[in-house]
Amino acid sequence: MKIAVLVKQVPGSESALPLSPNEKWIDESSVTFVMNPPDNFALEEALLIKEKNGEGEVVVISMGPSRIQKVIREALAKGADRGIQIEESDDIEKDPLTVGKKFASVLKEENFDLVLSGLQSDDTGMGQTGVLIGELLGMSTATLAIKTEVKENKIKVKRELESGWFQWVELPLPASVSIQSGLNIPRYPSLKGIMGAKKKEIKEILLSAQNQLSNLQSMDKVSIPQTSKQTEVIEGDTEAIVARIVDVLKKDIKVI
Amino acid sequence: MDTLVVLESSRGSLHRLSKEAIAGAKSLGGTVSVLTIGKDADSIAQELSGVQLDEILIVKNEYVESYNADGYAEIVSQVIQSESPKNIVLGHTYQTRDFVPRVSARLDIPFIPDIISLSESSFVKQVLNAKLNASISSTNDQVILSFQSAAFSDENLEAGSSEVRLLNINLDSTIVRSKSEDPFQEEAGDVDLESAEILVSVGRGIEKEDNIPIAFELAKVLNAEVSASRPVVDAGWIDSFRQVGSSGSNVAPKLYFSLGVSGAIQHVVGMKGSKSILAINKDPDAPIFEIADYAVIGDVLEIVPKLIEALENS
Repeated sequence: MKIAVLVKQVPGSESALPLSPNEKWIDESSVTFVMNPPDNFALEEALLIKEKNGEGEVVVISMGPSRIQKVIREALAKGADRGIQIEESDDIEKDPLTVGKKFASVLKEENFDLVLSGLQSDDTGMGQTGVLIGELLGMSTATLAIKTEVKENKIKVKRELESGWFQWVELPLPASVSIQSGLNIPRYPSLKGIMGAKKKEIKEILLSAQNQLSNLQSMDKVSIPQTSKQTEVIEGDTEAIVARIVDVLKKDIKVI
Repeated sequence: MDTLVVLESSRGSLHRLSKEAIAGAKSLGGTVSVLTIGKDADSIAQELSGVQLDEILIVKNEYVESYNADGYAEIVSQVIQSESPKNIVLGHTYQTRDFVPRVSARLDIPFIPDIISLSESSFVKQVLNAKLNASISSTNDQVILSFQSAAFSDENLEAGSSEVRLLNINLDSTIVRSKSEDPFQEEAGDVDLESAEILVSVGRGIEKEDNIPIAFELAKVLNAEVSASRPVVDAGWIDSFRQVGSSGSNVAPKLYFSLGVSGAIQHVVGMKGSKSILAINKDPDAPIFEIADYAVIGDVLEIVPKLIEALENS
């Protein structure tokens, strides 16, 4: 079984996010980057599937500038067999369809049985890449998997629906499945893994100029959200707080 | 056709986000038609019979009695090709995320997801864990848009009528490749969070399972239901059918009374349409306070027992 895991490097949740001078994105120079947390679960799931199967290959694929080699190495240290970097300038691609097409053109050559991705990225949060690639490569697709069972030529996934509902879906392989966070406990790399990762291959792919695609949507500007909501702050000793809450429930919201 | 809203059935009735999507579609201007698919199509069309719409399109097919990604991607793609709407609009639900990218890739139409508002010719979407807003635009003739919960209010939909049109779509049995089993609940609850007038919602700030009963006691005196954020459900302190947020219920009660909920974006998208939000949290920087009408900075475990006492005596 040949499994691709799509991994993105994104700003960490505690990172500073200064706007870039042209206000089209953030100024990356003071940003601390991490592996997109949902992708970490997808990676773990791929490693678990390979271990359970007893054979196969896990290939980690990421698109971005040279900084992303760090997350590819991290994935290799955790147990992925090899890496592919689709090279990109510092101005990262934000049009989901273009991202999908670029990945699809690289994945096509590899004939994967299974493509796993996190449900969305913590930066642009478009939440489409895995499904777009599945469609572009004629694979079956499923999203928000919280359990996977690989069988002969198919994968059964338990999907999370809304409001506490779930559903089992059985997909013929090849399939592209996006993974819901929390379905497993991602491992930490071992020292041996870290040492071993240095010897593993990272193939760098620069897509040729004729592969340049025209963007169908563009991110024109980012800004800090302005809240217009009037918030009444209630503080003080417990007695005063309780008295004010009772008052609000009675007179303002009128629910008692 | 200017705008086509693709509707979703939520266990037989129109999904609340679909109704909000109709309101969003109206704000784009031009004519608005809707598409409903599958065995619930007639009852959903009936639900919308009093709303001013251009047309209600209905598709029924043996392979898409209920939702599956293969069938929906095919049907919606075919309808877009035959009807040529400029905008294709949906609520940003799990179902939308499951099949709409396939339509986008198949027809080469951009999909701008999870929109919170419109600003002139662009669409505003939250990025970087909702810390920034991004303006997104497209020069394409056709766009697919999905609107975040509570981006638009479905309360003032213009009353009127519409024409119903049955579309004949032929699906090859080979189109539906995956086998979808019936949806199920792990803990079947008879709690309907979505129609509760008041919700008392529990977050991680409740500290431990032993403290959960105070939420139920407060709910009892307020005649409310109890809901929770994901970490509390994942910890096993509260049943999963009580979860609010992107993976739980989408609620819009008269009062959302949160106890120790921090307000992560995954939670907020499921409750920000609430009419009033009263939040208690020890941390004055908790993001929940940004959307709260009443921000109570204090300890849930001190305040709530006293509040229950005061409410019982009043």
